[in-house]
Amino acid sequence: MQHIPGEQLHHFHGGLRLRHNKKIACRQPIADLPLSKRYVIPLSQHAGAPATSCVSVGDQVLKYQPLAENPGIPGARVHAPSSGRIEAIERHLVPLPGGPQAPCIVLQSDGRDEPLPLDPLPVDASADVLLARMDAAGIVGLGGAVFSTAAKVDGAARQNIHTLVLNGAECEPYIACDEMLMREQPERIVRGAQVLHRLLGTERVIIAIEDQMGAVKQAFDTATKDLEDFQVTRVTTIYPEGGERQLIEVLTGEQVPADGFPQDMGLLVQNVGTVAAVADAVLDGRPLIERVVTVTGPGIRQPGNVMARIGTPVRELIEACGGYREDARRLIMGGPLMGVALASDQVPVSKAFNCALVLREKDIRAPQPAMPCINCGECVRVCPAQLLPQELYWYIRSDQYDEVEALNLSACIECGCCDFICPSHIPLVDYYRYAKDELRQRAEDRTRAELAKARFDARTERLARIKAERKAAREKKKKALAQARDKQARIAAAVERSKARREQTPPDDTGSDRT
Amino acid sequence: MTRFAIGGAPHMPPQKTITGVMLQVLYALIPGIIAHWWFFGWGILFQLGLAVAAALLFEWLMLRARKQPVGLFMRDCSAPVTAVLFALCIPPLAPWWIAVVGMLFAIVIAKHLYGGLGHNLFNPAMIGYVVVLISFPREMTAWLPPQEIAEQVLSFSQTANAIFLAQIPDTLSWDAISQATPLDTIKTGIEQNRMVAEVRQAPIFGDFGGLGWEWIANWYALGGLWLLYRRVISWDVPVSMLATEIALTLPAYLIDSGTNPVPLQHVFSGAVVIGAFFIATDPVTGCASPRGKLVFGAGVAVITLVIRRWGGYPDGVAFGVLLMNMAVPLIDRYTRPRAYGYAKQDGHP
Repeated sequence: MQHIPGEQLHHFHGGLRLRHNKKIACRQPIADLPLSKRYVIPLSQHAGAPATSCVSVGDQVLKYQPLAENPGIPGARVHAPSSGRIEAIERHLVPLPGGPQAPCIVLQSDGRDEPLPLDPLPVDASADVLLARMDAAGIVGLGGAVFSTAAKVDGAARQNIHTLVLNGAECEPYIACDEMLMREQPERIVRGAQVLHRLLGTERVIIAIEDQMGAVKQAFDTATKDLEDFQVTRVTTIYPEGGERQLIEVLTGEQVPADGFPQDMGLLVQNVGTVAAVADAVLDGRPLIERVVTVTGPGIRQPGNVMARIGTPVRELIEACGGYREDARRLIMGGPLMGVALASDQVPVSKAFNCALVLREKDIRAPQPAMPCINCGECVRVCPAQLLPQELYWYIRSDQYDEVEALNLSACIECGCCDFICPSHIPLVDYYRYAKDELRQRAEDRTRAELAKARFDARTERLARIKAERKAAREKKKKALAQARDKQARIAAAVERSKARREQTPPDDTGSDRT
Repeated sequence: MTRFAIGGAPHMPPQKTITGVMLQVLYALIPGIIAHWWFFGWGILFQLGLAVAAALLFEWLMLRARKQPVGLFMRDCSAPVTAVLFALCIPPLAPWWIAVVGMLFAIVIAKHLYGGLGHNLFNPAMIGYVVVLISFPREMTAWLPPQEIAEQVLSFSQTANAIFLAQIPDTLSWDAISQATPLDTIKTGIEQNRMVAEVRQAPIFGDFGGLGWEWIANWYALGGLWLLYRRVISWDVPVSMLATEIALTLPAYLIDSGTNPVPLQHVFSGAVVIGAFFIATDPVTGCASPRGKLVFGAGVAVITLVIRRWGGYPDGVAFGVLLMNMAVPLIDRYTRPRAYGYAKQDGHP
């Protein structure tokens, strides 16, 4: 290792400097929500197949009790956010693109909030025990990836990780949940980081925050005062600085290989909220049942941050922040660049739900016809993946998917920079999502076609072989038959000959005696 | 329960519009236009009016003929930009039909027959200019001297008469009011084996370029800097074009200042400055990647200098731009940026 990560800061390509609008949600501390009457807990809140319910309708459950799990899928477990009765296990609206319904457990709260006894682990527990606990606590990446933290750390533990990076750079405007968590509970984050630091045997921990988070810097400086391995690094606030691969380029000056992970470079990146959840799970024994959610935007009366239990209807978060203003027009899960528009506020908070953003008519793009691409190259300038967005667009429009693949569409992180900057208002990200689906489809088709061809070839070969075997067998039989006939003919001939001989020389013993 | 309309990300309204970009280009040309009027009189205003009117008319007709949304595309202001750039390139007293013919080729053929906005291969303004330059050499070389040294300055109505009726006051002749441009003068001078310094004694020359011309170029550059500041254009093309221009002419000047003009003379005469900031930066017909833009700008400069030095025309910016337009797909192919996380490989420098 020649350069120590974070020692010198670098730049990533492109990006946008945006008004970051975070202050409006940071005026008051993180608020607790009153207990909800009903919690709706989605069975699929992680990357992978959904969990299966391990409770039945009518069951009484305690707070923290596991409700669903899937032993084959890491990080799938979900827990009861409060005590109460299981009212239903049914399909319900979930916060995902397209507004689908998905299986959920509906918990009717009894208002007592009675917890299971907790089982904290000692600080020096073995790696296997710690990983099993993170898995059992249902911890997934809270920065948006919702990939199992136990699986990620387990994979990293097999590699030589020298630096643990805590990602506190929330790049999207408006979202302030990580900033407020870092400001108010830096010790919790540091405790969680120490667990991972010890588990992985890393040399240092870098806490990466944005340069506009002055209060956070102070909070961490105090919390890490006696910790030599910890270092707080302020990175420039450029969207999408908080992207894992962009942040690594800023800290190390190197790019993560397209087919690799930061772990391959000796770095493990974890969102600060995830690390706080690790501290809860390991040191307090509390599974992941709540997270900080920013409720903000010009369409909200009193923007702020709330500590919301997983399963709380989003409506209740909005109400806790003063409700909608009259001119609220769009509800978004996430930020204004990558967020998912929600059709209804009846959806529950999931583990990935970082922000409820409400925008007015004038804050959202009006439906308007896209103009032709004028090749201005602004998209090329801002693309953090260093792609050629305009060429990708041409090739997608003309169905030339081999070219699309050759231009490395898969490196696109769908950050929306190109789309935002485009003077022709072409919905570029929509095109790329569509093309990625198309490429996946084509890859599947190709695999299927290859499989079918392999099967066909095998069948043809088998049939040919059987045919050849049959032919050989027939030949053999024919030969055998012919041989048999031949033998019989020879026997017959021999018989004939001896017969003839006997007839020519009648049996005459005397004759021989005479000789 | 509150229900909301959904929509795809990003949700923020876009920052720029094509109309906005085109209007900024037009605003950035205003200082240059004023300077042009100051030094060469009323002619430019007539040419601008003629070219813009003709361009809008042809644009409207072609949009109708191609069954395109007329209102949407008329508002994009791309036709007026083509018209203004064209008008700034032709002699101020050119007859009225020069602008009309130029715009016919620029808008109808170079733009709409290739598919309209965003689809044209060649810079429409330069196609229009080159067509009239080649077809009507006499009209297109009838440049005026700057008013400071002109024997007589035409009034507003005299200018109108000259452009629309080809009539000039009886006391004057066309030969008397028109005069060779500084680039012409240098080219002829060198061909007559005269020293550059000697040629530059003529009153038509200023401090480092042509008298008046150098100031118009300065004001174009000012507009160009404003476009850079507003991020309507990027620095790559202008810097590469101007730097190549200087880098190639400086050694020649140092070796033999007798037959090679000082680099600034090159930069500040003809269409180099307006070309570097306003013409070669046309996005549609140029390269999109930063390295492609550098190659494109350098190519225009090289071709311009070759034509100025050895070609049949005093200036070569228009030809340089058009020839480089042809090379764009090739340049694009070899200057593709490497995507994030893809290691350097063969074919990907």
